[in-house]
Amino acid sequence: MYGRKVKLRFIFVILILLSLILSVFLILNSLEENVVYFKSPSDIQLLEEIKDKKIRVGGMVKENSIEISSEKINFIVTDFKNEINVVYSGVVPNLFSEGKGVVAEGYLKDRSFFEATKILAKHDENYMPPEVKAILKEK
Amino acid sequence: MLSSLIGYYSLIFGLSISLLIIFFSVKNFNNLKILDSKILLFSLLQLVLVLVSFLSLVISFINSDFSNETVFNNSHTTIPLFYKITGTWGNHEGSLLLWLLVLTLFIFIFLIKSKNQLKKYRILTVIFQQIIIIGFFIFLIKTSNPFSYLFPIPKEGLGLNPILQDPALAIHPPILYLGYVGSSIIFSSVLSATTLNYINSDWAKHIKDWILISWIFLTLGILLGSIWAYYELGWGGFWFWDPVENVSLMPWLALTTLLHCILVLEKRSLFGSWVIILSIATFTLSMCGTFLVRSGILNSVHTFANDPERGLFILSFLFVLVFISIFIFFIFHKSDDKKLSPIFLLSKETSIVINNWFMMYFLSVVLIGTVYPIFLDAISSQKISVGPPFYHKLMIPFLIPFLIFMAIGPRLKWIKSDIKNKLSLAILLIISLLFSFFIVKNFDTKYLLNSILIGSAFYLFFITVRDFFSKKTQKLSQNIAHFGFSLLILSILFNSIFSNEIITNLKVGESYKNDDLEIVFSDLTRENKKNYVSLTGIFFIKEKNFDNILKPELRIYNQPKIITSEADIKVTFLKDNFITINNVKNEDHFNVRYLIKPYMLWIWVSVLLITIGGLMSLFNKKYEK
Repeated sequence: MYGRKVKLRFIFVILILLSLILSVFLILNSLEENVVYFKSPSDIQLLEEIKDKKIRVGGMVKENSIEISSEKINFIVTDFKNEINVVYSGVVPNLFSEGKGVVAEGYLKDRSFFEATKILAKHDENYMPPEVKAILKEK
Repeated sequence: MLSSLIGYYSLIFGLSISLLIIFFSVKNFNNLKILDSKILLFSLLQLVLVLVSFLSLVISFINSDFSNETVFNNSHTTIPLFYKITGTWGNHEGSLLLWLLVLTLFIFIFLIKSKNQLKKYRILTVIFQQIIIIGFFIFLIKTSNPFSYLFPIPKEGLGLNPILQDPALAIHPPILYLGYVGSSIIFSSVLSATTLNYINSDWAKHIKDWILISWIFLTLGILLGSIWAYYELGWGGFWFWDPVENVSLMPWLALTTLLHCILVLEKRSLFGSWVIILSIATFTLSMCGTFLVRSGILNSVHTFANDPERGLFILSFLFVLVFISIFIFFIFHKSDDKKLSPIFLLSKETSIVINNWFMMYFLSVVLIGTVYPIFLDAISSQKISVGPPFYHKLMIPFLIPFLIFMAIGPRLKWIKSDIKNKLSLAILLIISLLFSFFIVKNFDTKYLLNSILIGSAFYLFFITVRDFFSKKTQKLSQNIAHFGFSLLILSILFNSIFSNEIITNLKVGESYKNDDLEIVFSDLTRENKKNYVSLTGIFFIKEKNFDNILKPELRIYNQPKIITSEADIKVTFLKDNFITINNVKNEDHFNVRYLIKPYMLWIWVSVLLITIGGLMSLFNKKYEK
């Protein structure tokens, strides 16, 4: 009886350890793949190579830069040092407008052209994405 | 003016009463046989004082008293009365006051409801709870006083954020807070029980009600937030793995684990230490939720404007509490190893352990996904975000065994069990797999993993349905909750597989056409409302079996100047037809988004079912035989 108990416990501990290792491995592995990096237009100028990976670009929407047609919206994101053209077809959040902060998620085509798949909404007109705030502070 | 004064001084008195309560509790701890009635009396007084303070803030809001800074920042004379009132807790200061109100309310209810518990245990719980209450009093008075003056008195307020002017969001914070704060009672109680070495099945029976209460409110709170984000934010979905959502999911996962685990402690006096750790974790995660939402640290797309100093206070307060609890756990907790009761591999205990493993795994996935970006930012100032694919990839495969265990586990007996009706269980499994196979095949989708997942969800579904008709069903409440969960997973899966989305930019009079449907933007009407201008688009949707008029609205609020989209949703049992419009830069083109979301209604209904399971377990003890 006693031996069986010890054996059971041993199996238990090993199972716990194995599942721990497995889950940590899985989590870290898929973190690496599914993380989206945030860049400012200036960061993009400094990129060494352009990868086909999803990123976020943030800054202010440049005044008088929004153009709308039936399929898409074009606008320019600026951090007051560099800027980047963004093309987007999709839902525009309510608080998206010229002179306001914006975060666009999508793929970089080249150093001055970004194809967005999503524009992120925010809750509050005084709120600015932390990254955008940081960019403006650096300025 | 006067109401602010009353509110502020009530808070100060409330704080001093905390000290009185602690004083009498310490005095009472060793001398009298029964609980000193002064403690009860002062707890009531404290509750009344905080209530007075809260009501005076409500009155300031109703009267639009802009000498009060909180009112000035979050209200406006033209807002409808209902939203003036709900605006009270639609902001940081007011919501914390509400939090404090619930804290004092709960400890008072605890004192009344725990009459047949040990005196020492009750007193210690009161002391721990008062420490938390004092922390929140100081937090409120020092960093976020809801009663600050403004002089000269402004004529008009800054207005309430229009997206908060919504009935679902009016009750979402109070209900969520009832859930969060309920975990504080569990926390205080577990610390007190550990100190007195009272972690046993009597205690488990008594604390189970509190776990159920906070679990029910937390579930409802999350549900309301989710519904609100669906129609008011125009996100068109129910969950986005946004950090702000995640911080409410984490305490929920911990609490759900605790809810299962406490059963083992109640019936078998096992897992005492694990229950303690879970209780502490639940409360810590609830507090972290507040901290992360309020501090602005979270890189969320919908964080509200906030102040880092507040976050720092909550964080240090939290550290102190966690430190105290770990200290108590290691010093006082006597491991129950000596009276180790036998467990066999095939038993209810094992099935609950398995449940706990899975829940902990889900919890750590959400935790890492939410916290990792913060760490990376602090270490390397790299800004990243973790999106839905991360969570889906890590959770979906594990849902399959989770669902199967969830179907079999409740059918096992305590201590030692065997699986009865092996044949019928196996047949049901095969049926559900075949069932899902044909569904997936018919709709010719490529989701192989999803089809196995659908199969296991159907398995749980069939088994719980079968048990509704079986006389041997032990717990109706549990069966309903598990049935609700299977329904939830099924609705989510079908919803995500068969959803359809069309996004286009249209002018009035234009139309969009594809193989399946035609959207005609026929007209736009303009109407002046009390505090906003409403633009309503009239859309004809022509589908094969569906002809409808949908009227999404665009509201241009006067103060603050914000545009919000009001979705128009046609809800039916089988699907939601969802449409929103938006306008950028006053151009003729409107940004139109049309969604077909199957089984949306069932997602809400199934979460309600899960909650009803909890309610039944709480109120009707006869189901619990």
